[in-house]
Amino acid sequence: MSEVIVITSGKGGVGKTTTTANVGTGLAQLDKKVVLIDTDIGLRNLDVVMGLENRIVYNLVDVVEGNCRMKQALIKDKRYPNLSLLPSAQTRDKTAVSPEQMIKLIDELREDFDYILLDCPAGIEQGFKNAIAGADRALVVTTPEVSAIRDADRIIGLLGANDVKNVELIVNRLRMDMVKRGDMMNINDVTDILAIELIGAVPDDEQIVISTNQGEPLVGSDCLAGQAYANICHRLLGEQVPFLDLEVKSSVWNKLKDIFKKN
Amino acid sequence: MGLMDLFKRKNSGEIARDRLKLLLVSDRANCSPEVMEKIKNDIIQVISKYMEIDAEGLDIQITQTESEGNNGNVPALYANIPIKDMKHSADSQ
Repeated sequence: MSEVIVITSGKGGVGKTTTTANVGTGLAQLDKKVVLIDTDIGLRNLDVVMGLENRIVYNLVDVVEGNCRMKQALIKDKRYPNLSLLPSAQTRDKTAVSPEQMIKLIDELREDFDYILLDCPAGIEQGFKNAIAGADRALVVTTPEVSAIRDADRIIGLLGANDVKNVELIVNRLRMDMVKRGDMMNINDVTDILAIELIGAVPDDEQIVISTNQGEPLVGSDCLAGQAYANICHRLLGEQVPFLDLEVKSSVWNKLKDIFKKN
Repeated sequence: MGLMDLFKRKNSGEIARDRLKLLLVSDRANCSPEVMEKIKNDIIQVISKYMEIDAEGLDIQITQTESEGNNGNVPALYANIPIKDMKHSADSQ
């Protein structure tokens, strides 16, 4: 049984593409057959985050229009034999594909893959409708900011209205130092407000920038963000994994608290 | 930031949370500014039949209120309608 998961957020720049790349790579590391689809037609990005931009010959629109076969458009990641990417078209726009065509394309992929991950464009227009059309499950990515959470709430409503029932939340780019001093909403605040199940909390980590620069997803590496993404993958498979302790260990406050606890 | 500031004002995380809670109540109620404007105009029409009100000073918004008995806060329509003059029943005919 394959599962189709859309990664969406409403607002741009909160980490949809980074999440798609890392969750997809993480699932491939767990020996699942995974295909990533970039549905952001006209603004393709998943290929560069994955480091596969030099290998694109055909794209999603070519497949839909019948200019090539699916196999010709899929790029196999040499680092993980189970992982493929279906890149988006750069020179077309969202209207080049319809939701019905997306469903047909996904059904074709269901035969060969365990997980089909759709990287959704920002916004709630045609691109969003295309991306969610064939999805069984959705991961809503947000950051602990007012604008991102408001958009996430709207997206959650739209997913429900379009019969995507299984919707889970990823809180991205948490800065525990700011949460600690009360200048950023904490994970509980965000999950309370949005009222959906949390599947992952990812700290703001400069390693993400470095990994994107290099085109190599960092899931599974020993930095906090890498572990957080690996945990999300395990939870997607239905495993119970405790949430990471994202606390900043070295702060003076913690040291003081420790001293008091000892006494 | 001094220690006293901690007592004086809410920190920005709390401010964000409170603003969002209010904002999402009206978002989820599907009350766009246009809808609110329509509601406002209708209220003016109805109330004006009975008394003279200050249409400029009228303020309506969706907020939350403590519900009696069951679970915590529920959305509420709040309207502040300044009255200029109470009309007598004779005037309104």
